[in-house]
Amino acid sequence: MIELTPAPAFAALSLPVTGAGTRIDALPPARITALAPYCGQLQALHALLGGFPEPGQVLELDGLRLVWAGRDLAFAFGEALPTGIEAHAALTDQSDGWAGLSLTGPGAEALLARRLPFDVRRMAVPGAARSLLGHMPVLVIALGRDEFELWLWRSMAACVLHHLTPV
Amino acid sequence: MRLICPCCGWRDRREFTYMGADDYLHRPVPDAPPEAWDEYLHNRTNPAGAARDLWYHDPCGTWVCITRDTITHAVTDGTRLEDAQ
Repeated sequence: MIELTPAPAFAALSLPVTGAGTRIDALPPARITALAPYCGQLQALHALLGGFPEPGQVLELDGLRLVWAGRDLAFAFGEALPTGIEAHAALTDQSDGWAGLSLTGPGAEALLARRLPFDVRRMAVPGAARSLLGHMPVLVIALGRDEFELWLWRSMAACVLHHLTPV
Repeated sequence: MRLICPCCGWRDRREFTYMGADDYLHRPVPDAPPEAWDEYLHNRTNPAGAARDLWYHDPCGTWVCITRDTITHAVTDGTRLEDAQ
């Protein structure tokens, strides 16, 4: 079996970046599992997990963060998926495909306002939104008015960072 | 231009991809006469006023039926496709 060496998505890029009242840093890699409920299984999934996010919701559950990630789709951040969950939802390991950035500071909202085509000030806290940064799909998580996470396709990490970097 | 996504609320037009008029919701049965298929595939009204179009909200993956006014450009409704059919 081939042994692959894990490498951070932003290793070659100089992080953290600061400027415009914002600090941009890489988030540690996370175990991300996409949960797509099977037809008619939403209630069972709800009971098993202790909740399932509505559009825009972020739920902090026992050792697991559930983030709404699209129509009838949630991303589970964390290792603690309950046993038997595969009977209720299609599970896809997304861990390798995504890279996360944290944006913190009083300028974070203004920085994102220049780059995202929707108003992050209207996001609930905690809250989640899917959108585009330039042409690149992103998952935005608001953890505070000055604290955001930006999850993006790992292959586009350098490009997203280029778009984000305050001039 | 801003459109309504039933999941995400008002969003910028650049997040959406256009499909066409809502005629696409009324697909004829396979053995329908050629006239019905001609109507479905090719013939469109060109309304002055209320129009219904199908759009795809790329970031969240929702198909939306948008109601808009071709005279005033007002966008008045966005409904999930499964609810619009």
